[in-house]
Amino acid sequence: MARLLVYYAHPGHKYSRVNVQLASIARQLEGISFCDLYELYPRFDININQEQERLLNHDVILFQHPLFWYSTPSLVKEWIDLVLEHGFAFGDGGKKLEGKIFMNALTASAPSSAYSLDGYQQYPLRTFLTPLEQTARLCHMQYAAPYVLHSAIKATEDNEIAQHAIGYKKILEAIRDDRFNYERSLKADIITFKNIEDFIGAKP
Amino acid sequence: MTQVFLIAGLFLLAGTIVVPLATRFKLGSVLGYIFAGILISPLLSVFKVNVKTLQHFAEFGVVMMLFLVGLELQPKTLWKMKSKLLGLGGLQILLTIVLLVAISTAFGLPFKTALTVSFIFCLSSTAIVLQTLNEKGLLSSDGGKDSFSVLLVQDIAVIPMLAIIPLLAIPELADHAVGALEPAHSSFSLVHGLEAWQRGGITLFAIASVILGGVLLSRPFFRFVASAKLREVLVATALLWVVGISSIMSLVELSPALGTFIAGVVLANSEYKHQLETDIEPFKGLLLGLFFITVGASIDFKLFFDEIFMVIFLTSGVMFVKGFVLYILSRIFKMQGSNRWLFTLGLAQAGEFAFVLLSFAVSSYAISKELADLLMLVVALSMLLTPGLFIFHERYLSKKPTSPKRDDDKIDEEHPIIIAGHGRFGGVVNRLLRGLGYKTTVLDYSYNQLEVLRKFDIEVYYGDVTRHDLLLSAGIDQAKIFVIAIDNKKQTTELVKYCTKNFPNLHVIARAFDRHHVYDLYAAGCRDIIRECFDSSVRMGRSTLEAMGMHPFEAERKTRSFVETDQEMIRALATVYDPNIPVSENKEYIATMNKVRKATESILQGSHRIFGNRSDRGWVPPTKKDVETAIKEGTLASNTTGEA
Repeated sequence: MARLLVYYAHPGHKYSRVNVQLASIARQLEGISFCDLYELYPRFDININQEQERLLNHDVILFQHPLFWYSTPSLVKEWIDLVLEHGFAFGDGGKKLEGKIFMNALTASAPSSAYSLDGYQQYPLRTFLTPLEQTARLCHMQYAAPYVLHSAIKATEDNEIAQHAIGYKKILEAIRDDRFNYERSLKADIITFKNIEDFIGAKP
Repeated sequence: MTQVFLIAGLFLLAGTIVVPLATRFKLGSVLGYIFAGILISPLLSVFKVNVKTLQHFAEFGVVMMLFLVGLELQPKTLWKMKSKLLGLGGLQILLTIVLLVAISTAFGLPFKTALTVSFIFCLSSTAIVLQTLNEKGLLSSDGGKDSFSVLLVQDIAVIPMLAIIPLLAIPELADHAVGALEPAHSSFSLVHGLEAWQRGGITLFAIASVILGGVLLSRPFFRFVASAKLREVLVATALLWVVGISSIMSLVELSPALGTFIAGVVLANSEYKHQLETDIEPFKGLLLGLFFITVGASIDFKLFFDEIFMVIFLTSGVMFVKGFVLYILSRIFKMQGSNRWLFTLGLAQAGEFAFVLLSFAVSSYAISKELADLLMLVVALSMLLTPGLFIFHERYLSKKPTSPKRDDDKIDEEHPIIIAGHGRFGGVVNRLLRGLGYKTTVLDYSYNQLEVLRKFDIEVYYGDVTRHDLLLSAGIDQAKIFVIAIDNKKQTTELVKYCTKNFPNLHVIARAFDRHHVYDLYAAGCRDIIRECFDSSVRMGRSTLEAMGMHPFEAERKTRSFVETDQEMIRALATVYDPNIPVSENKEYIATMNKVRKATESILQGSHRIFGNRSDRGWVPPTKKDVETAIKEGTLASNTTGEA
């Protein structure tokens, strides 16, 4: 059993349609840890020791959040700034996170076609995620492909949200039960509810 | 009785008219008092006032002054001064005596008389020098500190002098005037006629009792008195402390000035220090004033004009010799720049102890009455000249701008933050500041509070902060920040008024009781006002929201915008509030209030306009319609509200 930690971050929690559903799935799932960062730190005073302790007790760190301005909500950045300390996560003596998996579960409002060289976002989605990916690498962690829902706003009326939510639950369970194919995920671009089965092994 | 009133009135009138005139012409208060004394001396002789007796009484002002000086001097600081005291003070006395004896014997004075006279003239005037240095703010300058060391040693030196002078008695004088003069010792003495070792034992015991009394007794005693919460009883206690110590010292024939000085040093760390200072200060001031007046009034002008050349010659001679010795010492001890001249000119006069020693020497048959009268004139004249020398120093010899670094040090002696009130409000403020290493001066009027705090090593002083002189002695004129955390609405407002009026550069942070108190404080000139319950009430509201199931981050943002809106409202109302117009007649206030009320109602009715707007912006995702229009216009890439 891999020890999975889900960090959920959404400052506009009450307006969220997709993330709030995903969060409630993660919160209720047995055998994994769940943290709502904005609930834990509504005044942004992050408890560094407690967070580092939490990291040491887990193997997979998953940040679930909406994509804000091609990046994370601000509290996640604050968390990264403070918790991934020199001497702990990187630098001299900083190998405490070595070998752990770092992962994102994102919702993006633009359609997948927008994230390409000729789309209106002008770059592939992974290009926008390189800061996170490099952060993970510098901290001796491996960056697995993100689980993404495109057109998150348009998706409201379709059953895409439901499918995305089911996929999310599958991924979390697979990681928990050691059925997740890390090797494939490290090489993949993004994971969606459409290709999710490629990354999940059969139930033992 | 009528005569007493007339005389008292005369003194007060002379002082209140002449002294302000003197300070207006920048002559200093000391010279003003002396002139006042000269002016009223003819009238005093009409009323047959015994100026000498009055002067002895007024010398008690010097005793009080040394008590106050002691209060400002931590035992640690005194210990650091020990080499200065012994070296500088000791050498000044020794060298001056040697030189004066040599010169006066050369002029044909017998050795014994020469020695007595030298004793008398080697002393300087603590009263004039300290008063003047204080007035000019020079007491903490290097020259001021050195002058103080010398004066302190001189005060101690009076004791052996009193013991030696009777040994210098001249037999012919004693034969001449058998029974004509009062006995040398007062009848109230514990040590008169005792063996040396007994005398020494009792003296030591007396000093020990002053120190131990200060250490052990002062606290429970002051606490007991403070429990009565009567201001005049506190004043009486402070006086009792000084008078009591003076009596103990007199009983063992020690200098009361020295005794109270020691008592002052012992209490320098006490929480009652500032209150004692405040209570003693006016008495000291009045008595010293009276003393200076008697100096002026005791000048015998008939004798002066008869012996004018002799007096002037002697005075200038004495001052020159003293100044010479002081200058040499200032060289030896490497004093810098204008400090050297401050030291030299400042201490060149004869002091008030000279009056004491002169009459003592006459009654001990050490010098003749005629010589004593002449020397009295010399003493008085030299004291009269001293303020002039200070002025001379100030105008021509002092280099004004001392380096700014030193100025900072001086401010550091008084802490830059003063906190009034150390209850459950000011206490938290102080804990925060102290925890971060800031120095604070804390004043509180509750004695049992103090007892507890002292046990936890918190530096708190007992005192009634509504007394402006107490604030001054706590250093409000040098403070940067004044935190008013007392739990009395009216007093807080009065304090703010006093501070904004007198110390425009002082940052005042005031504790407000409620909204209307905020307006009062704002009108009084305070711009940093904290409502005592507001923040905790808001937090309580936030906790309630969270308990109702609101997401903590949302609760946080809602309360923040509530606070902001509320503060804007208060600010708007405070600017139109006028303490002189009742709220119900203040049109502008009513108009603003109505506007505010409408806004508040819109909150209650669920319109998000008032404190919804801050927390709701930003994370509200665009609706599907928004997105579709944006896509049509091709602007979605740069115009989303955040959720990309």
